[in-house]
Amino acid sequence: MPIEFEIPEHILQQQQMVKYIADSTMRPFSRELDENEHARPKEFIEALWPILSAQQQASLAKIEKQIEASANGDDPQQKKSGKVSNYYLGMMHMVEMLSWGDTGIYLCLPSAALGGSAIEAVGTPEQKLRLLKRFSEGEPVWGAMAMTEPNAGSDTSAIQTTAYFDDDANEWILNGEKIFCTSGGLALDESDGLVIVWATIDRNAGRAGMKPFVVEAGTPGVKVVKEEIKHGIRASNTVAISFNDARIPADNILGSRDVQSKGGRGFKGAMATFDASRPLVAASAIGIARASVEFVKEKLAEEGIDIPYGTPYHKLTAVQRDVMEMEADLKAAYLLTMRSISLLDQKISNPLEASMAKVKAGKATTRITQKAVEILGMMGYTREWLVEKWMRDGRINSIYEGTDQINTLIVARRILGYSRKELA
Amino acid sequence: MVSFTPTEDQQLLIDTINRFATTDIRKLAHEHDEKSEPDLDAIRKGWQIGLIPSAIPESMGGFGEMSAVTGVLAAEELAFGELSTAFHVMTPALFAYPLVLFGTEDQQGQYLEMFLDEDVAPATSALLEPGIGFDPYDLKTIATNDGDTITLNGVKAFVPLAESAEVMLVYAKDSESGDVCAYIVEKSAEGVTIEKREMLLGIRALPSYRVKFENVTVSSDAVVAIDYNVILNRMRLGLAAMAIGVARASYEYALEYAKGREQFGRAIAQNQSIAFMLAENRIDIDGARLMVWEAAWKIDSGEDATREAVLAKQFADKMVLQVTDGGVQTLGGYGFIREYPAERWLRNGRGFPTFDGLTIV
Repeated sequence: MPIEFEIPEHILQQQQMVKYIADSTMRPFSRELDENEHARPKEFIEALWPILSAQQQASLAKIEKQIEASANGDDPQQKKSGKVSNYYLGMMHMVEMLSWGDTGIYLCLPSAALGGSAIEAVGTPEQKLRLLKRFSEGEPVWGAMAMTEPNAGSDTSAIQTTAYFDDDANEWILNGEKIFCTSGGLALDESDGLVIVWATIDRNAGRAGMKPFVVEAGTPGVKVVKEEIKHGIRASNTVAISFNDARIPADNILGSRDVQSKGGRGFKGAMATFDASRPLVAASAIGIARASVEFVKEKLAEEGIDIPYGTPYHKLTAVQRDVMEMEADLKAAYLLTMRSISLLDQKISNPLEASMAKVKAGKATTRITQKAVEILGMMGYTREWLVEKWMRDGRINSIYEGTDQINTLIVARRILGYSRKELA
Repeated sequence: MVSFTPTEDQQLLIDTINRFATTDIRKLAHEHDEKSEPDLDAIRKGWQIGLIPSAIPESMGGFGEMSAVTGVLAAEELAFGELSTAFHVMTPALFAYPLVLFGTEDQQGQYLEMFLDEDVAPATSALLEPGIGFDPYDLKTIATNDGDTITLNGVKAFVPLAESAEVMLVYAKDSESGDVCAYIVEKSAEGVTIEKREMLLGIRALPSYRVKFENVTVSSDAVVAIDYNVILNRMRLGLAAMAIGVARASYEYALEYAKGREQFGRAIAQNQSIAFMLAENRIDIDGARLMVWEAAWKIDSGEDATREAVLAKQFADKMVLQVTDGGVQTLGGYGFIREYPAERWLRNGRGFPTFDGLTIV
């Protein structure tokens, strides 16, 4: 296929539908939910749950068919291969528009979320059916992922949460503390959800000992101990969870229970999910940045200030230059993100491109939203308008799903051909 | 669809130019920069790749079609070799492409043939004017309509290859309408004076000149009815693509140097200060390239690409300075020595915001 930038029509249509959701169930509640930090976006959840649960239902039906087919000796996977999908391209534009609406609210999406991605990626078909059914029916349910610990941030291999297998009871026993878990409270306390908890089954094995476990709501010994108060994305539920001899079924481990030698697949599995999640976080960042640029241009236009693209640089005012620089940065971030997404859709390995997109989108969004507050002067600083909130919301994108520094390090290692040891 | 893969033909072209760039162009680039003389052997070889004939449609005697996407791919790769040579090889396009796009059949029939020759066609164009604060929408060169003829008055700057050119396309403001038009001017016409050769910070191997037009009379057949915005956007993208080529040359050199240069018992690339600079530069090079591709694709789709082209150009202008400056810094003391190419790339890179009208895709 040649070099082309034509977004398929069905994705643009879907984006318009998402914009309707953003306009009706997100923007009108943005300020209120920011001021009342731990309140929940009820209108958004009610609007989204029927759509998302139906999607989950459809995907589970497919898995059921697969199980049937493989019982009959067919391999339905094979029929699919070779076909380039636009799945992630659609996701990218949906996430961007939801974040354009409100990133904090978007993060409360009632779905299996990152927990679902892990189950989809490494779970057996039986695990998928058993664990994901709750996301397809009844009341809204949340999934979550718990990796970070007080002493294990970017260095995920330093996690201390342990999982021991109790042979007699045929159960895993979890002990430790997780922090900064998005939607953890919604998953464990406010719905019949689940959290994927990363724990080590052998502290001496380093990365090879790290395994993902499924902890379901109502498990004794699991407690949401704190809901964080944050700089931005305040509508998002961010919690600390403690595990005190929390017992979970033997079959709630995802993937193999063996400690592999060097570069165990458990950890690699976690890293591989970043290849998909980082471009989508970049897309989310871009949504906030775009909201800010659009708003600034709208307000400037009301004052009679337009952006004359053809005018030579030296004849532009400082504000016009700023806006054009914001637009250029946004465009670069958007296209880098779309490139990493396009590779995902083609099932081509993309860790370099994913990290490049994430760094660029994080930095661009941080700069764009901070600049937007400056350009709008006193009104940019007031809580009457949402720009100051977007500046706070935008800031998280340089931090979560790998800080800008960690992602820059990944880019650096890849372009230099260096190992973790050669470039620490 | 969304796709980031050049066609097979485009990839073949990129590979061909890349071989030419890394061998022929690079070999004597330093020497010719020092002497401020064009590398005519390399330029002839570059010309014979046939970039301009393959942008001229068959109906006009060429063997291809205009494609801004193909144009930016080729421009990046040429400039990856050396910017002076890249400008030199593509200078005749400054005359040919506006004629292909907007010329009358007579103009095309009369002038396009010379671009199919084996030697660099002696044609150029004059847009830039001397002084600070050049504005392509406010040209000081004026065209006065006298009925059957048009009289041109003004001074142009940085006119590439003006001395060897036989014909040039001159951009001037219509004295009545204020619109910018392009005029075909034979260099032999009375009133055309090649003044001095420009002395520049970079692109020293590219001869460019101050050219004076004093009551130069041309017939009304010499007017090319251009869509000025389309021309400017194609110029912006050509420059932005070449900025990427220069930046990539500097970045790749710095990266290899940093891996090979040992201090304190290890490669300097193993320091995050160096490694991160390279990583950030790589991200911006890729970002700029995607912006240029998108704008070029928009042009090929027949849409107005002004916003995209301007943003891509501005981003590339900043990027190339940042990257080539990083190249010099990575080499430390050697970055300052002229026998190493890093300082030349910085001098060349600095020029992009002022290179208006020096190339086109």
